[in-house]
Amino acid sequence: MQVTRKNSLFTRYELIGFAILAAIIFIVFPMIMDTFRLNLFGKYLTYAFVAVGLVLCWGAGGILSLGQGVFFGLGGYCMAMFLKLEASTPENTSIQSTPGIPDFMDWNQLTALPWWWEPFHSLTLSLIAVIVVPVAFAFIIGVAMFRRRVGGVYFAIITQAIAAVMTILIIGQQGYTGGVNGITDLRTLLGWDIRTDEAKEILYFVNGALLFVCLGIAQYVRKSKLGRLLIAMRDQEDRVRFSGYDVANFKIFIFCLGAAFAAVGGAMFTLQVGFMSPSFVGIVPSIEMVIFAAVGGRLSILGAVYGTLLVNWAKTTFSESFPELWLLGLGALFIAVVMAFPNGLAGVWSEHVMPRLRKLGSRGDSGTPDAAPSTPAAE
Amino acid sequence: MSDFDKSRKNNGVSRRALLAGGVALSASLFAPKVLRAQDYPTAEVNTTGLAVTDDTVTIGILHSVTGTMAISETGSVQAEKLAIEQINAQGGILGRKIEYIQEDGASDWPTFAEKAKKLLVNDKVASVMGCWTSASRKAVLPVFEQYNGFLYYPTFYEGLEESPNVIYTGQEATQQIIAGLDWVNKEKGAKSFYLLGSDYIWPRTSNKIARKHIENFLTDCKVVGEEYYPLGHTQFNSVINKIRLKKPDVIYAIVVGGSNVAFYKQLKAAGIDMTKESPLLLTISVTEDEIRGIGGENIEGAYACMKYFQSLDNDNNREFVAAFKEMWGDDMVIGDVTQAAYLGPWLWKAAVEKAGSFDVDKVRAASPGIELTSAPEGYVKVHENHHLWSKTRVGRAQADGQYEVVFETADLVEPNPFPEGYQ
Repeated sequence: MQVTRKNSLFTRYELIGFAILAAIIFIVFPMIMDTFRLNLFGKYLTYAFVAVGLVLCWGAGGILSLGQGVFFGLGGYCMAMFLKLEASTPENTSIQSTPGIPDFMDWNQLTALPWWWEPFHSLTLSLIAVIVVPVAFAFIIGVAMFRRRVGGVYFAIITQAIAAVMTILIIGQQGYTGGVNGITDLRTLLGWDIRTDEAKEILYFVNGALLFVCLGIAQYVRKSKLGRLLIAMRDQEDRVRFSGYDVANFKIFIFCLGAAFAAVGGAMFTLQVGFMSPSFVGIVPSIEMVIFAAVGGRLSILGAVYGTLLVNWAKTTFSESFPELWLLGLGALFIAVVMAFPNGLAGVWSEHVMPRLRKLGSRGDSGTPDAAPSTPAAE
Repeated sequence: MSDFDKSRKNNGVSRRALLAGGVALSASLFAPKVLRAQDYPTAEVNTTGLAVTDDTVTIGILHSVTGTMAISETGSVQAEKLAIEQINAQGGILGRKIEYIQEDGASDWPTFAEKAKKLLVNDKVASVMGCWTSASRKAVLPVFEQYNGFLYYPTFYEGLEESPNVIYTGQEATQQIIAGLDWVNKEKGAKSFYLLGSDYIWPRTSNKIARKHIENFLTDCKVVGEEYYPLGHTQFNSVINKIRLKKPDVIYAIVVGGSNVAFYKQLKAAGIDMTKESPLLLTISVTEDEIRGIGGENIEGAYACMKYFQSLDNDNNREFVAAFKEMWGDDMVIGDVTQAAYLGPWLWKAAVEKAGSFDVDKVRAASPGIELTSAPEGYVKVHENHHLWSKTRVGRAQADGQYEVVFETADLVEPNPFPEGYQ
């Protein structure tokens, strides 16, 4: 780690922020929750991967993608394909006309496994595919859009269209994808039953660890020269271009990175929930993921995690208590947050809580004026 | 001390139950036998830690009350609540009142899985009435199998499934298809069929069975076209033109959801008058609920093949319709699935009482052979394969949105979720 304060990966406050989040995820949640609730929060945390990616793309880079569900879904589907093949042994599927292929293929009169399903017999190839397939897709979209200098609201609309196209494609090709039902009834990972309580707990911690890896990468990117360029691009794209930088390349990179985060989230989602369906690929989940980032604060990677947890927790709690009214409650929450706190939870923290803490702290400590946690330096 | 308290409490219940029993007895000779909770100690009827107390038992209701499926699933929720209320009025199950925890699947399959798990793991419900679409059932199935829950699933569906943890109170595909095709062939002399449907597993599997039946089991009959449209599709002009070109005797339509409205309106606008039966339209996807959206005048004259119509003329059904309207309002209509959902709590009650226990394994073992003579659709019986023996009926849509029953099978049709020769 570098010695000079300016270039170090974390400021002191950021380090405290990371430590608090780690404590919450790895110590507090497992202590206060039973396996069912913990698994539920594990599921929420998979969305946090997407939200962190969105903070980089949207908050830092100014690229608003309304199609992150596509990458989440692709990652999840790659994982689900592997698990489905493992679950579809000839013994398990002996009642089918063609034993040994996934059940939905049999319903759709397929008699052999399509060639592009073959690589998913191997866990290694599947794990590679989890990252590579969504990133390759993001790369194609990125090259097609950013090289032509498509940006802003046009980019958002196009990503939304891609999300819609993807859903229609998956539902339409049901013989190959499981259609609207998705890929269900996943059981084991290399013989390890992922449905047991112990497995759920282990997966929760794996999920948490991977989230911190992604958070670390995100933090590194933000602190690097690239991160500063992203902010510069967001604020004055032309000036960056005139300074001799290839703006498109940076955008493509950050968009691919966001896609990779989302894909990891998707794969962890499949493992924890036990199935994957097109309802995570479409427009609605994609926009929901943007809302998670917005509630948490689109400028803060940690805020995004808290935002995701809060919104999903509220969703579950409201819907358990008021099955017929909960959507209204959730809507009210969004309106309240956006009206009162445009920078989300992170904004509340840095604008209201931190100054007070700092006032308290300044008696014994000289403080660090440049280091508002959870907000990029340029803000 | 606690035993004393318990017996006092139980006596209270039994007095009430006896009183209720007396009232019921005077009201009707056929009043059900009232079982007293004290004859069934909680420790004995519940050995697996379900949510059963000395005077209540908790079950789950898991349907979409928000999102696109809410319009279809609301009827099921209402029917289940009605059945629960009626059972409680008769003294409950094994002397215990049914309480329910309702969860919203929000038309979202993963949410269904999450809520199913919550009901089974957190709330320890003794059974669940729920799900509507196949996708939601597929999503919750692993949860029910893992935690050994017990689900009553009301919708007619594609078959190809037989879970030890589900009782299917709707028809599987063959029960809904074969009798109807035989009927149009025999009574209406239909020889050529045009199959069309929404593009997902139920219409596709159903049409597969229909095609096999038409080609292999009906003499000189043929399928002249088969087409699928995405869910939510609203442009049916091209298929209507093809239908005019091919002139089939029967349009066999399995269009679902909002697409129905566009489909029937466009058929009518294209000058295909269903009351003239040329071509005749036969559907297995339009119940009285859907007609409310389509409009009776747009579908008048079409035939539907179901097991239940609101207009069924029998005492059970008249009582059911009256009770449903009293509870939920006079403008309610009752479709096939709503009736099937109503059977759920009753079938569960019968199975629990036969088993003398709420334990899922015992209820499962007791389920095959359960009979219900009080079903609105008439007599039904649970098959070994967890589906119901039930009659198939054909109804003709009227301008007022009701069906007029024109045919019913003489006997109950055996459920056959894995039909040989139709795969």
